[in-house]
Amino acid sequence: MKLVSLDPRVCRMDMAEGAAPDALIQENDHWPTYEVFAQKKRGDQHQHVGIVHAPNGEMALVLAKEQFARRGMCVNLWVVRTADVVATSYEDADIFDSTPQKTHREPVDYKVKDKINRYNQSKKEKNEQ
Amino acid sequence: MSNKVIALKELLYKMADDQLIIGHRNAEWIGIGPVLEEDIAFGSLAQDKTGQSWNLYQLLEKMGGANADKAAFGRAEKEYKCCHLVELPIGEDYAFSLARHFYFDHAEYLRMDALKSCAYPDLAGLAKKFHSEIKYHVFHANTWVKNLCHGTEESKSRMVSALAYAFPYALGIFEPGPHEDLLVAENLFIGEHALREKWIGQIADILSPLGISLNMGSLPILGGRYGYHSEHLAPLLQEMTAVIRLEDDSMEW
Repeated sequence: MKLVSLDPRVCRMDMAEGAAPDALIQENDHWPTYEVFAQKKRGDQHQHVGIVHAPNGEMALVLAKEQFARRGMCVNLWVVRTADVVATSYEDADIFDSTPQKTHREPVDYKVKDKINRYNQSKKEKNEQ
Repeated sequence: MSNKVIALKELLYKMADDQLIIGHRNAEWIGIGPVLEEDIAFGSLAQDKTGQSWNLYQLLEKMGGANADKAAFGRAEKEYKCCHLVELPIGEDYAFSLARHFYFDHAEYLRMDALKSCAYPDLAGLAKKFHSEIKYHVFHANTWVKNLCHGTEESKSRMVSALAYAFPYALGIFEPGPHEDLLVAENLFIGEHALREKWIGQIADILSPLGISLNMGSLPILGGRYGYHSEHLAPLLQEMTAVIRLEDDSMEW
C-alpha cells in the first residue's frame, strides 16, 4: 500500500507503507535558511526577527514579508543566508565573562551618580506639583 | 436609480465577487501548501482578497445595496458577477493556482491603478488602498513564476502548461459589462478593453524573458459578468454559505 501522509512532500515520494525510504532529499527539496532583519522606520537599526526557508534571496524576501511584516511597522527588510553568518562558538562563551574587580570599566560607579539621582528625583517632584 | 449608479454598482459587484471567490479558493491551500512559509504567505494573500471584497460590499451597502454579509453570502448564483477564472477548483497542482494568481493580480493591479482616478471618490480611495496591497501580490506571483521557470525541466513544463491552460479563462476577466460605455464616458473607469491591452503588455514583460509566449488567438471564456457561471460556482457557494444558512437573520457575526 502506498504511504499516505499529511505532508505533501512525503506523498510525492510515492513509497510503500513500511518501506525504508531510499534516497530522499534532492536538491531543492529542502531549502536553506535565511536570517530576516526588519527595520521599523527609516534610520532605525534593522532588528533580527526570525528565519525563513527559501531557495534564493528574492524568494526569501517575498516569504519574509508575509511571515514577519504583514501587520505594518516595517519599511525595509534584509535577508542574509544563515550559512554566511560568522559566529563565535558556545564553547568560547567564557570570553564574554569579565573579572569582578574590573567594575571601574563599567558605567556603574560614577561619583556623580547620587547627584544625578537627586536631580531626577527633584524633577519628578516638580512635575507632580 | 440613475444609469450612472447602476453602472457603478455593476462594476463594484463584479470586482467584489471576483475577490471574494478567489480569496476563498486560494484559502483552500491553507494547511496543504507546498512549504510552510508559502502556506502562510498564500493564506495571508487570500485574506487580503476577502478583506478587499468586504470593503467593496460595504461601499455597495452605503450606496443603498444589500447588507455586506447578505451580499457576500445571501445571493442566488445568477446574481454573482465573478468571472470563470476565479471559480475553478484549485486542482492538485500548485502551478494552476499560481498561474491564476499571476493573471488575476496583474489585472487587479492595473484595475486599481486606473480606478485611483475614478470620478467616484469613495471608489478612488479604496483603489488607492488596495493598490499597494496588490503590489506585493504581484511581486509574490512574479517571483514564483520566474523561479519555477528557472527551476528544473519539470517545474518549467508544469508552470508553462498551467499558464497556457488558465489563459482563456484569464481573458474572461475582461468581459465587458452591460454599461461599459457609460463608465468610460463618466470617467469612472477606463473600460475592460483598455485594461486588457495594458495587462497583455504587462504580463508579456514578465513572460517573454522566460521564453513563454501566449496564444493571443485564444477565445476568452465568457459569461460570468452576466451571471452565467461554470459548474464549479454553485457547489462552492453551497460550501461557503453552509454556516450562515443554519442561522436566522438576527445572528450577529
